Order: sequence, then structure tokens, then C-alpha cells
Amino acid sequence: MSRTIDIQVHHVTRIEGHGTIVLNAKDGAIRKIEWQVPEAPRFFEAMVRGRSWEDIQTIVSRICGICSVTHSLAAIRAIENAMNIRGSEQTETLRMLTHYSEQLESHSLHVGYLVAPDLLGQKSVVPLASSHPDLVKTVIRIHRLGNQWMELLAGRMTHPVTLKPGGFARLPAETELRDLQQRLKDIVPALTTLADAVLSLAGKLPAFDRPTEYVGLVNPGEYTFYHGDIGSTDTRETVSPQKFESVVNEYVTPQSTAKWTRWHRDSYAVGSLARYNLNADHLLPLAKETAGRFGLKKGCCNPYMNSVAQVVETVQIVEHSLQLIDRLLTAGIRPERPKVTPKAGDGAAAVEAPRGILFHRYVFDENGVCERANLCIPTNQNHANIQKDFEALVPRIIDRSQDEIRHLLEMLVRSYDPCVSCSTHCLDVEFV
Amino acid sequence: MSKPRVAIFDFACCEGCQLQIVNLEEEILDLLTVVQPVEWREAMSDHSESYDIAIVEGSITRPEDEARLKQIRERAGILIALGACATLGGVNKLKDNFELEDVKRCVYGEAAAMPHLATARVKAVDEVVKVDFKVHGCPINNKEFAAIVRCLATGKTPVIPSYPVCVECKKRENVCRYEYQEICLGPLTRAGCNAPCPSAGFWCFGCRGAVDEPNVNAARDVMARYGRTVEDLKSRMLLFGSRQEFANV
Repeated sequence: MSRTIDIQVHHVTRIEGHGTIVLNAKDGAIRKIEWQVPEAPRFFEAMVRGRSWEDIQTIVSRICGICSVTHSLAAIRAIENAMNIRGSEQTETLRMLTHYSEQLESHSLHVGYLVAPDLLGQKSVVPLASSHPDLVKTVIRIHRLGNQWMELLAGRMTHPVTLKPGGFARLPAETELRDLQQRLKDIVPALTTLADAVLSLAGKLPAFDRPTEYVGLVNPGEYTFYHGDIGSTDTRETVSPQKFESVVNEYVTPQSTAKWTRWHRDSYAVGSLARYNLNADHLLPLAKETAGRFGLKKGCCNPYMNSVAQVVETVQIVEHSLQLIDRLLTAGIRPERPKVTPKAGDGAAAVEAPRGILFHRYVFDENGVCERANLCIPTNQNHANIQKDFEALVPRIIDRSQDEIRHLLEMLVRSYDPCVSCSTHCLDVEFV
Repeated sequence: MSKPRVAIFDFACCEGCQLQIVNLEEEILDLLTVVQPVEWREAMSDHSESYDIAIVEGSITRPEDEARLKQIRERAGILIALGACATLGGVNKLKDNFELEDVKRCVYGEAAAMPHLATARVKAVDEVVKVDFKVHGCPINNKEFAAIVRCLATGKTPVIPSYPVCVECKKRENVCRYEYQEICLGPLTRAGCNAPCPSAGFWCFGCRGAVDEPNVNAARDVMARYGRTVEDLKSRMLLFGSRQEFANV
């Protein structure tokens, strides 16, 4: 009997931004399988030209609502590299702490609000509020803490205002840090509850392995989100963020308004699973124990496991933040005001967004006016890998019902935690 | 009375304003007692072609998006523009300072001519269709959003402040940013955000657009007192598209 499969998922739901899945097959032969990105491009790299260094992070933060702290930090550190400015140790520690608030907020939103409905057979988190009230309450608690933490250090939820080149516009008081420390200690049991809930559903994550290259920040002895060079599971050599263009090799494809990337293979992946595969040896004890409960091994190449790696990272983030606050309180908060004398220069920076490594580069003239920018977003770097996953996965599931195939493909896209708004909003000379 | 059916749509933007709705946490459950969400791509897999209230986030940057927005307008009784990209054009308007060909070439290089990379001048939502209410800000203040939705669901008209950010900033006892030799748009920008930026040590960048009747002469006095010019203000007003509201200043 002749069987035709025709799937067109226009604007995949429960992701940030617009992506489309196209599959056409007849009698088991695949005629077309594509991950398309039709998001309206926003041209940030062109828009920042002619703007003062003082306005850059305010503009590029708007590339992405859910990675706005990461975008601000990448911009600020690239500006500092261009102008040869070094943030104080206090500034760098507080930035890492601010950055972690976004990781917790984003990971809990992705796992709790966007992925959990798939595992529980629902179309959104709304029905879960009545079917699984305890799980929803736990997710809300963690997510809200991420937001309040960001509000305390970044000045508000989404699009930070305290982060500036040279330092902080407003420093937290020591009493505020002590209060945050207590609230982070109090959230640990909720993180365990979330991990338990995901563990009980982990059997519903499809078993699908496809070896690929994983790329992320690496720094000796550290599970890093902020410091270090660019590492890959395909090579022991690392690359300085100042040379990120030699890693991303961006190119334009007709199926996407976002640029795609490739390094040692046809595609590579970034995000929690990439960080895990590169840095799992350096997890702190509770995070390591959490990974052990899931049996998550370094070298895992099942993209659906990215959500599990996110759960492990929520624990790592809180554990490390407690150490950072200890360090800040022991030293005491020194009053410092950012002072920057603009000068000409070219600087790049790399920071891990919740969904993978992010690169910014800016070139300034002697007055600190931006002449050129190049931005490369994590989701851009995953698009080609999603396409390769589709090509490998579909032949294995082609005998299933059309609905089931569509659902598995949507879940696959969602597992990357894509932020498509980001990926087109940033194409550099190719991006941001 | 049946609950109004609400749909949320996004165009060119960062989706940070939708994120502020998610950030309402449990309060969303309260809102669900007065409205029924029927489509919200970022959070739900449901679709609908019939709704009473359409909430539109983002700027309009392509002809096909203009057509989609007009269809949304036809189906909706009430249309709300959500956030600065929708109400003003937001940071997207910065693109309009350049020639479109130049912008495309800057980002896509040799591939700029590929048809799927087409782009047009940036429009706020009310440059394309009639807008009934605006939720200002980049990002929006989610408490203000919740209050507006509650008003509309219960047949009341929401009240949006028509005084400048300075009023709220002073109430929070902040030192004026001009005392730090910074350019702050507080004197001309619509309040309602409770001045989070100056309260965190940063200047107001005008994301809520101009207050209804801006006191331009008072702003000139402030500029004169601190040795600044209206040109300084105008340059910063370009950031979120509020400059267009001061065409005659």
C-alpha cells in the first residue's frame, strides 16, 4: 500500500522564535526533510554602527529577551577587550553571579514550562497546573528565584541595566548578598524535587544517538560559563575567543534567515550537553551526584538529553554561586564606580548563554564610536546540527504514524532550547 | 458572561515582553480566571482563528508580516500593542538610519540578494493597523500588563500615566542622573515603569516613548543647567524609536 507522509509544522510552538519543519516522504523514501528558519532578520550588526560604546550593550541586549544578560556581558567584555580595560576581581565575580541568575531562570523555564508538557502528554504548562500542581509549584519557585536574583544584581528582570563596561552601575549591599545566599541554600531541595520529577519521566525521552562535534568554553579545572577558550570534543586544541571566526565559519543557506556554522564536521552542537561533554569532570559534588542519578555520561550524543544536562546545570549553578557569594562576603564589597576612557580598538568575547556559546566582536574608532560588529549566536550554531539530526532520525522512525513523527521532530527542536529570535537577530557580517 | 478569548502573536522582536508575561508566575493563573488564552506560540501548542483580544509583540519589517498583521486585526475586536518594538518600533528602528541595501550587505555579504533575506523599513504596529491600547516599555512592566488585561476583560478603560519618568524617579529618592554628567531621557519619557533604570544607577533610555504633552521647554532648561544640548537628547532618543515622536522639537 502506498503511504505518503507530508509534514509541515509552520512556526514550531513552545520555542523562542520561528522555525518550520518540512518532511515529505513516499513509501519510506524521504524526498525532503528540512529545518527552516523564516524568522524576520533584525540586522543588529548593521544597526550598532555609528553608536557610542556607551549604548552598545543596551542595544544588543535586545537581540534576545531570554539571553539578555549573556548578550550584555559578551558585549561589555568585547568592548573592554577592544579598549584594553580590565574589570576588578569584584566586578568579574559579581558578573559571573549575575550571569548565573539568567542560567537558572532560562533552564527552569525550558525544562519546566516548555519540555515538561511533552513528557506529560500536554500541549502547554496550563493543564499541568491542575494535573501536576506540585511540579508546577516547584518550577515556579525556581524560576521566580532566578528572576528575583537577576532583579537584585542586574537592576531588573530581562535587559539588565547595572552591567556596564568597567564595572557595575549599582553594587549590591552585603545584606542583600547574605539574603540571596540564604535563598539559594533554601532552593536546593526544590532543585532535587525537579530532578526527581524529570528522572521519573526520563524514560519518555527518545533513545537517539548521533555522534557529532560539541563546542563550548573550556577553562582548566572549571565547569565554565564565563572564562576560558573555545574547546571542541573533536580536538584537544583550544582557540582564543579573539579568533572565534575561525571556529564558526558562518555561511548563508536558502532554508534560513539565520546563518549556519561548521567547524571540524558538517555541523556542531552547543548548549548544556556540549558544556557537559567538555567539562563534566569539573562539576561540583551535588551536580556530579545529580548527573550520576540520570546515568548521564561524558560523551552522550543523544540531543534529547540536553534537557537533562540543563537539570544538572541548575544544581551546578546554585552550588557555584554559593561559593562566589562566600568569596564576595569574605572580601567585603568595595565601592567602585566604572571609569572608562574610550579609545580605538578591536575586541571579541565569548560567553556561554543558557543555550550555548555566544560570540561578539566590535571595532571602535578613537572616540569609542562603533565602526563594525560581528555577532554569532548559539542557536545559529545549532541549526545545521538540527538538520543533520533530522536526516539521521527520520529514516529510523519513518514507519511510525505521521503524528508521532511530527511530535518527535518537534521535541528534537525543542530539546536544543532554541532561541530563534536570537539567531536571526544576530547575523554577522554575519549576525547576531 | 463568557471569558474573552485572547491570542498572543509575535513579529520582529526579542520576545522579552512575552517573557515578562511568563514571569507573572502564579498571577497568570489569576488572569486565567478572567480571560481564555486560545493561541500563544511561545508557550502553547494550540492554534485558533477566532479571538476577542489580540496581543501583538514586535515590529513589522517585511511585506508578508504586514499582511499577517492585517489578518490578525480583522479577526480581533481589541488589538493591544505589546512593548516598545510594537508601540514605537523599538531598537529595530535603528536599522532605518541606513540604506536597506547597505544593511543587508553588512550582515549577509555576497548572499544579500537571496530572496528570503528581504527586509523593509521598520514599522510600529500602529503604522500598519489601528491599535486600541499600548503596553509600553522595553521590556514591558508585567504588573501594568496584568492590570490592563484585567480592565479590558471587565469592560473598563485602563489608565496609562501621562506624566514623565522623573515623577516616579523622584518618589524613589534617586539622585538625578544629570548630577553624574549623564544624558537621561526621564524628563520627556512616559512614566508607569516606576523608574527601574535610574534606580539601578543607569539613565532612562526612553523605551516607553514620549509623554502625551512633553514639556520641552523644561527639558531645555535642564539641558542648559547641565551644559547639555537638545541634540544630545535627540541622539539617545534614536535608540528605541522615540525620536520620531519629537519631530518638531
